[in-house]
Amino acid sequence: MDITFLLNGENVTLRDVDPTRTTLDWLREERGLRGSKEGCNEGDCGACTVMVTDAGGTSALNACILFLPQLHGKTLTTVEGLSGPDGALHPVQEALVTHHGSQCGFCTPGIAVSLAAGQLNGDTAHDDVLAGNLCRCTGYAPIIRAADAAAGAPVPDWLSTLRAGESPAASAEVGPALPDSSDALAHALMERPHATLVAGATDVGLWVTKGLRDLRDVIFLGGATDLQQIEVSDSDIRIGAGVTIAQLLPVMADHHPSFAEMLRRFASTQVRGAATLGGNIANGSPIGDSPPALIALGATLHLRRGDVRRDIRLQDFFIDYGKQDRVAGEFVEAISIPRQSDHLKVYKLSKRFDQDISAVLGAFNIVVEDGIVQSARIAFGGMAGIPKRATHVEQALTGQPWTQASVDAVGPAFAQDFTPMSDMRASAEYRLEAARNMLTRALAEDQGTPVSVLEVTP
Amino acid sequence: MSARGPRIHDAAPLHVTGAARYIDDIPVPGDCLHLAFGLSHEARGVITRADLSKVRAAPGVIDVITAAHLPFDNDVSPAAHDEPLLAKGEVFYHGQPIFLVIATSHLAARKAARLGDITIEPRPAILTIDDALAAGSRFEAGPVIWTDGDTDAALAAAPRIIEGQFEMGGQEHFYLESQAALALPQENDDMLVHSSTQHPTEIQHKVAEALGVPMHAVRVETRRMGGGFGGKESQGNALAVSCAVAARHTGRPCKMRYDRDDDMVITGKRHDFRIAYRAGVAPDGRLLGVDVTQYARCGWAQDLSLPVADRAMLHADNAYDIPAMRIESHRLKTHTASATAYRGFGGPQGMLGIERLMDHVAHALNLDPTSVRRRNFYAPAGSATPGVTHYGQPVEDFVLDNMVAALEASAAYAARRKAVDDWNAQNDVLKKGLALSPVKFGISFTLTHLNQAGALVHVYQDGSIHLNHGGTEMGQGLFQKVAQVAASVFGVPLETVKITATDTAKVPNTSATAASSGTDLNGMAVKAACDTIKGRIVAFLAESRGVDTAKITFEDGNVQVGDDTLSFAEAAQAAYTNRISLSATGFYKTPKVAWDRLKGRGRPFFYFAYGVSMTEVVIDTLTGENRILRADIVHDAGSSLNPALDIGQVEGGYVQGAGWLTTEELIWDDAGRLRTHAPSTYKIPACSDRPDIFNVALWDAPNPEDTIFRSKAVGEPPFMLGISAFLALSDAVAACGAGYPDLDAPATPERILTAVTRLRQT
Ligand SMILES: Cc1cc2nc3c(=O)[nH]c(=O)nc-3n(C[C@H](O)[C@H](O)[C@H](O)COP(=O)(O)OP(=O)(O)OC[C@H]3O[C@@H](n4cnc5c(N)ncnc54)[C@H](O)[C@@H]3O)c2cc1C
Ligand code: FES
Ligand code: FES
Repeated sequence: MDITFLLNGENVTLRDVDPTRTTLDWLREERGLRGSKEGCNEGDCGACTVMVTDAGGTSALNACILFLPQLHGKTLTTVEGLSGPDGALHPVQEALVTHHGSQCGFCTPGIAVSLAAGQLNGDTAHDDVLAGNLCRCTGYAPIIRAADAAAGAPVPDWLSTLRAGESPAASAEVGPALPDSSDALAHALMERPHATLVAGATDVGLWVTKGLRDLRDVIFLGGATDLQQIEVSDSDIRIGAGVTIAQLLPVMADHHPSFAEMLRRFASTQVRGAATLGGNIANGSPIGDSPPALIALGATLHLRRGDVRRDIRLQDFFIDYGKQDRVAGEFVEAISIPRQSDHLKVYKLSKRFDQDISAVLGAFNIVVEDGIVQSARIAFGGMAGIPKRATHVEQALTGQPWTQASVDAVGPAFAQDFTPMSDMRASAEYRLEAARNMLTRALAEDQGTPVSVLEVTP
Repeated sequence: MSARGPRIHDAAPLHVTGAARYIDDIPVPGDCLHLAFGLSHEARGVITRADLSKVRAAPGVIDVITAAHLPFDNDVSPAAHDEPLLAKGEVFYHGQPIFLVIATSHLAARKAARLGDITIEPRPAILTIDDALAAGSRFEAGPVIWTDGDTDAALAAAPRIIEGQFEMGGQEHFYLESQAALALPQENDDMLVHSSTQHPTEIQHKVAEALGVPMHAVRVETRRMGGGFGGKESQGNALAVSCAVAARHTGRPCKMRYDRDDDMVITGKRHDFRIAYRAGVAPDGRLLGVDVTQYARCGWAQDLSLPVADRAMLHADNAYDIPAMRIESHRLKTHTASATAYRGFGGPQGMLGIERLMDHVAHALNLDPTSVRRRNFYAPAGSATPGVTHYGQPVEDFVLDNMVAALEASAAYAARRKAVDDWNAQNDVLKKGLALSPVKFGISFTLTHLNQAGALVHVYQDGSIHLNHGGTEMGQGLFQKVAQVAASVFGVPLETVKITATDTAKVPNTSATAASSGTDLNGMAVKAACDTIKGRIVAFLAESRGVDTAKITFEDGNVQVGDDTLSFAEAAQAAYTNRISLSATGFYKTPKVAWDRLKGRGRPFFYFAYGVSMTEVVIDTLTGENRILRADIVHDAGSSLNPALDIGQVEGGYVQGAGWLTTEELIWDDAGRLRTHAPSTYKIPACSDRPDIFNVALWDAPNPEDTIFRSKAVGEPPFMLGISAFLALSDAVAACGAGYPDLDAPATPERILTAVTRLRQT
């Protein structure tokens, strides 16, 4: 396929690109731009961070798991493009120098790009901006001092076009691997039902960089902009499959803040900017973070194959480990959440707070009236081969007073619902105990007891 | 210029623009080849069949090398000759390299490396400390035992015995730049190697052995590493040797860099330890006698395990004057990756042992842990009767009493202790903890002959200066600190001094940049070289101008000769035209050190570096989640050469040390496979894991020993400041019940919850 994009202000057209060639390899090996570094080749360290701008704005993304076709029609800015044409340093670069923000310097190009993207977007939550940039040397303190110092500086002239979200005219003819609408996608998938769909490539990327798979037949979702819409009506919130986690976050903040707080800790800024909600569901992972929350909210999944559409309960999509209710040629079009008053509490438990896959994710949608549990939809990730509702717990709880005694009484029901696994993230015993304790936490939270270490200040 | 100052890292402008070059960024000739290892899929076994035909047939593959093809030495160990580059018929850990693929691209090499069809007949693998103890699998004949005083008698007479045992995990270095090397074949069988290494001389040595050439035929260059932390002291050998062998074999340049997962599987890590202790204590918390047993899991090859285990023993006292001490050290051989150097080099493990004991004592006696610590401190510097360590070295420079007092005041220890207790009385779910821990770390290589360094300095006729020495730059700012030394000797601006890559052809026979000794050794060697040249210029000017040498000074880029002022460049030009040599080598060896490793007696260290940290944490008793709220640190860097860079080492060291003891967990499965071989599963601290409030101050007092401008080494010691984070977590757990938390490290949420549950049930 042929693609066009802007690279540091220059038009680039690539013919016959290997669809799974990563941006990082291309930059370093072909383009000779070696400022972006490879620290992990799997989206976890941020040494490869680049900025990508399209009509939706500018995002920091991991170039190591960004396939070249995902850049089509967009603007790519690398660390080499951060400084001005005359070599003037970007304010964040300047601040990193004066505040001793680099030691070995290997993480630094990525840090500079992440901070520059944050600065461009007016985002001063530095810990979140940098959650996907690991630094082994500095302990981060000087980097944060630099970020604070640069936050107020104006965006330099030479990057001002990025703020406007300007992109090049996508001139090259890209063909069926990059359909430009969901209809075209549906059509392409009917023709090649066994093609691999690529949305944000934050999963698929690793099949290539770590699994070393040769994916010849791929279809990219990124061109189908009609899948990237979020519609809020009186009855539901309908989220297109192509909506990224980054785009979903502010909407959830309005409706279900605890969901949004979990999304804040979903991977990192770079991954959230690429990862789609559709991908997070369609991958069928037992440890995906959004499905349990969506299941607890009673979400519906909209599937489409050719012109045939069907709606199922999201919880029914996950049949067994590695097995979902989706046939060849079918794709996820959207997810909708029924409008409801907010009772949702989402708890993401991992070894590290930021950018870590959950050991357990608990989502509690418990409605209490006059001290009695009216309804309970409780779902977990990390507790079974699929994201799964705690049906015995829900039953045992419903109709009971919302008290510690009831919570203690339903404790044994957890073992009826779940027989979790032991792995490198957590033991089975810990998973079960933590899941049980999360219900206590939900109650304590309702009672106004401080329960989050993240909210404690020194 | 003055030698001191908070100068920025010399390469900072290159770092932030992406212009700083690491191995994989060096432009290579178009015919460069790329390498990858095929790895063992068993922890231990005999290779019965190796069919590499699919590997050879894979796209882009030029050749495949096995042990049988290696013409000369098949060894990449630092000393013991027990570590073949490629397995010789038997494998000893999961991930051991068996064959080497040479291909036209990094990706092609990686893909082909997975196609080996290798049958390994498994043999029982010894994986854990218990396995090794049961099988008697160890390095050296038996445990190393040091005794100081009559420990048995002291314990027998003690009013109270405190005993316990705990485990502490290892640690992956996670340098952001994975291991890398590049070899460029030269004429006449010479080899030029670029290596991301802390030890260019060892790379030169191993490459020469592998190529069957004298060391003079191999030149190794290292401009910088993207992090080292000890992980590039010996672990780069395999890549450099592979590149050299493949380059010789093909006549083409060869490059190798480990993919992150390969790096984590193949290379060694910090040693995990089990420590058992028995202490006799007085009612006021004074230690009367301590009996410690250290079990170190060393992995399959010796690597640097013996000196690492020695250093753990050497730090088993930390800051405390213990009247009688017995230490038993087991160096256990297991079928896992060979554990290696990691910042602190066993010191952190030894130190954590005694700090944990201190905590246990304070808990058992219901005393304030800081008071108990203070009660056991060595006598302060200047004391007529300095304390003597368990290995016989007097502690004459002890400053922790004052440092602790300063920190207690600046961080409001007493008030915060009370605030934490109040919080814990009011909160059921979230508990806070507070802890203070000191660091006393011995500076010098314990292998005495390594305490030497060389430098090469040229002054050109235009007055610009070329600086070279044996130390390597891995982010610690060594090059800048040493350049500051050179600039100050010549009284020139820092920009006059060109920092150049470490190069075995310029300075030979160097020691690894390790043991925190980089600035101490190389700074002195550079000063010696600069002093030599300066002396020649002074002598020449004195004679040619008839001015007394005492009237010649170098300052502000000028040379003052009596009443005349010359620019430094003019002075250099004049010296050159008068045939004065403007090039010199410099050499330094650390004085006073003498150590008998077998007896465990002597003076292994030139001096001690000190530090103290206080950490406040909060834990969630429902899930074990936890966070560091605040850390306050005072750290002793002597008269700091560069306070900015030194504070950087302290902040970074603390966070790395806290990471070791909290989120960083290495997990091997029952088959000996490392399950945490990527940053997705192995969690080093992220940005938000640093303390919310993070106060770091340097204890600015000159080193009583005559080090470079009276500064102190600062690479490793701050790492151990992270111990207070672990102790604070333990303190928070202790608020959940009456018993001692008995926390193992790393204190992951799971371990914390387990400890909380145990305490609440008893
Ligand atoms: C560093 C890192 C951290 C991560 N952290 C988290 C985390 O904290 N929580 C979490 O839940 N996940 C995490 N992930 C996993 C991943 O980011 C998410 O699962 C993400 O939502 C996947 O979306 P994507 O668009 O990138 O999917 P892709 O990788 O593009 O695709 C994933 C799968 O879904 C299929 N697919 C994609 N879209 C559709 C569609 N519309 N219809 C049908 N099939 C489709 C693809 O064919 C593929 O099989 C992390 C990943 C990385 C690399
Ligand atoms: S290289 Fe680590 S995130 Fe891309
Ligand atoms: S400066 Fe070395 S990893 Fe950040």
